[in-house]
Amino acid sequence: MSVHTVTKEQFKSFVSALIASDRRVVGVQAKGDRFAFDDLKSAQDLRLDYDVTILPPKKYVLPQQENLLTFQVNGQSQSVCHQQKTVLIGVHPYDMAAINQMDMLFSQGEYDVHYMNRRKQITVIACDVARPSPNVFASSMNTATIDHGYDMLVTNIGSSYVVEVATDKGKELLSLMNGARDASQNDLGARKAVWDKNEGWLNQHKLDCKPSFLPKLLEKSYQHPVWEEKARLCYSCGSCNQVCPTCYCFDVQDEVNWDLKTGCRYRAWDGCLLQNFATVAGDHNFRKKRADRFRHRLYRKGKYVPAKIDGQIACVGCGRCITACTAKIANPVEVYNELMKRTEIG
Amino acid sequence: MCECCKGQKDIYLPELAVISKRRMLNGTELFLHLEKESGGDWQYTPGQFVEVSVAGIGEAPISISSSPTQKGLELVVRNVGSVTKVIHKMEVGHKVGIRGPYGSTYPIEQAKGEDLVFICGGIGLVPQRSFIRYALDHRSDYGSITVLIGTKCYDMRLYREEIALWQERKDMTVIETIDTAHDCWDGNVGVVTTLIPKIESDLPKSRVLVCGPPVMYKFVLMALAEVGVPDDQIYVNLERRMKCGVGKCGHCQINDKYVCQDGPVFRWSDLATVPEAI
Repeated sequence: MSVHTVTKEQFKSFVSALIASDRRVVGVQAKGDRFAFDDLKSAQDLRLDYDVTILPPKKYVLPQQENLLTFQVNGQSQSVCHQQKTVLIGVHPYDMAAINQMDMLFSQGEYDVHYMNRRKQITVIACDVARPSPNVFASSMNTATIDHGYDMLVTNIGSSYVVEVATDKGKELLSLMNGARDASQNDLGARKAVWDKNEGWLNQHKLDCKPSFLPKLLEKSYQHPVWEEKARLCYSCGSCNQVCPTCYCFDVQDEVNWDLKTGCRYRAWDGCLLQNFATVAGDHNFRKKRADRFRHRLYRKGKYVPAKIDGQIACVGCGRCITACTAKIANPVEVYNELMKRTEIG
Repeated sequence: MCECCKGQKDIYLPELAVISKRRMLNGTELFLHLEKESGGDWQYTPGQFVEVSVAGIGEAPISISSSPTQKGLELVVRNVGSVTKVIHKMEVGHKVGIRGPYGSTYPIEQAKGEDLVFICGGIGLVPQRSFIRYALDHRSDYGSITVLIGTKCYDMRLYREEIALWQERKDMTVIETIDTAHDCWDGNVGVVTTLIPKIESDLPKSRVLVCGPPVMYKFVLMALAEVGVPDDQIYVNLERRMKCGVGKCGHCQINDKYVCQDGPVFRWSDLATVPEAI
């Protein structure tokens, strides 16, 4: 739509104006020696120089726990609607790619009105990555930069920010940004330099094949010994699922209020690595073995989910699972590279 | 539904249904006949399932046991989990929530003119009954109908009166067996696979519909392969933890397939290369 340049001070004033508006404003902030998305109280706290957040911004489109229905016990249920306008500041390209994938998954087939309503209320201000996190491999997954999904994209070019407005929602926010001028050729060149750099250096782990090759690789790797070798150390804790920006499996539970007459049905994040993920009533577990659960996650990322979203690989290279895994076995690159080494592809 | 949803249906919102009949089929299986509270009837095809919910407890996927040729919806609920335990305590007039019907169907159209063989193990008879009754209500559309029923023990037998009526019919064959002998039983003893040699219809040319506990499939499929039934003539009806019923939550996945949408009824030829299926 349009590309502008603002000084860092002007951008800060813009964030302050957003906070002063009636919107909920969420941004990346320091949390101990790491970073997290949280409600922003002051523009001062926003850290666009972050490397990676502990949890992905997924929690704003698919919260850890979200009410779907309220009900009267023994009676009618009503849908819960999510109506709060929210601005999400500082979404990195790999996380944006993950949200784009979830938008497809929740709108295709049976339309998930809860996810989609929440998503429509959110304006995403993405930002390009300033420095690589210890385990990022977005460059390997073609998600180091992104060209769609966001309403606004901010790139730090040193003394100022280049701000791209991509949608009407982004344009609406632009009216709060005083001092924005059209980006010059120089500014655009500087932004291109950031993109070129990011496409190369956000690569602490290097995937030995193109991501688009993974479905074909996995077709031949089902019986590979790596599943058992890695899973021997797995605690089935589900941390890899919980920090993943593309994991969207959920559980549904009911809760009755103290009056014992009303209550709500909510969904909450679940994880396919957890022991009882596939257990049915009567205690029959259809995915009892750790290795089978470990393999399932990497098949979902590399083969099953891609089949639902036009071949996009459902691992965006954020590296969070690598950091979160106590047993140090969750690294998708390590597993896929191991498969490359020891699988014969006909 | 509120303004922001703009008339979009909430796929998680159940509709109330009233229990109009209930009876125990054996010690653990409760038969329910439901009617929509709002009037009207459900549109479904044999093989599909519904999500039954009790507000405050949760939801459970339950196979439909009635045929769309009947009025209302019939379910059989085993007392085995938190939701089903509460349903077992419900009386006529009590209400449950229903979402669905969901999932794939038996080949009611493709099987027209062909012989049908139903192989049922235990509670597997419940969803099979939907197609059996449908076929009986459209009797001239199908060839011979054979129903094999295997039950663990005498006391666990389901739909006893109905099976007795089926056995009196000249236009279908019903053969029952129980796994272990019982004083009151003078019929076949042995697992359901032992009945397969008794089938008189031309098996390789029949549509064979299989439903039973996980352990049963392997043996039945082996026996069917031995007598030359092609994989694409066999249908299996699988159980998994269908939590959302709409292909989102991930619990019912078997490799790349979602049992709630691609199943629960699968053509065996579509599953033969899916390692997590059986």
